[in-house]
Amino acid sequence: MPATARPLSPHVSVYRWQVQMVTSILHRLTGIALAIGTLLLLALLLALAAGPDPYATVAGFCRSWIGIVLLVGWSWALSFHLLNGIRHLFQDFVWGYEIHQFVRNGFITSIGSLVLTALLWIGIYLQWGGA
Amino acid sequence: MSTFRTPLKRALVLGSAKHGVHHFLVQRLTAIALVLLGLWFVWFALRLPGLDYAAARALLAEPVNALLMLLFVVAVFWHAQLGLQVVVEDYVHTSGWQLVLQVAIRFLCVLGGAACVLAILRIALGR
Repeated sequence: MPATARPLSPHVSVYRWQVQMVTSILHRLTGIALAIGTLLLLALLLALAAGPDPYATVAGFCRSWIGIVLLVGWSWALSFHLLNGIRHLFQDFVWGYEIHQFVRNGFITSIGSLVLTALLWIGIYLQWGGA
Repeated sequence: MSTFRTPLKRALVLGSAKHGVHHFLVQRLTAIALVLLGLWFVWFALRLPGLDYAAARALLAEPVNALLMLLFVVAVFWHAQLGLQVVVEDYVHTSGWQLVLQVAIRFLCVLGGAACVLAILRIALGR
């Protein structure tokens, strides 16, 4: 720690809950989660290059319950970071900065990411259900 | 006359070194690339459960898929490095840990990206 303990922003505890703080921190957390999730991408590509047995191991992990849990979490993180990232790109052009727009599109990206993830996994279940 | 000054000298005495937006720009460029490449990747990943090893490998070996996967992994690890860098800059307040983590993030992202690129090349070139 620094030699002198100075007060640090953000003072999370003094704020009333609002959607902006959720989208802000979730963008960072999902970004970190996706960075860790690249380990699975790395494993997939290395296994695909290495041969049938390593590939079967990775595919088996993805089909296990812990693999499914990770994939569901990862697909939600991707959905959220994608939608909120597009929101940030619009904000870079100073679009959607009115408070009511900012709050509304914060809810759109948050709820939209859940809807997108649900649609994805309903699709996967209908295609390969139970497999 | 400014050509006789180094960027550091300019920053120390006269303000901006004019490199401040590079991180911002690359983060946005990789983000736009990842919107498009990410959608392709989801399509690609969704085809894998229906394929056995040989068919999955053949799918990635197709030139268009190999090219897009190459671009995807480069954009992913580049964007990840830029994002993780900012998170560490914001929340790590000791210079020693700052240095260790920033170097580790760069090394790991280059290592992961290079390993993915090599794997894709082996698959695309059939080795």
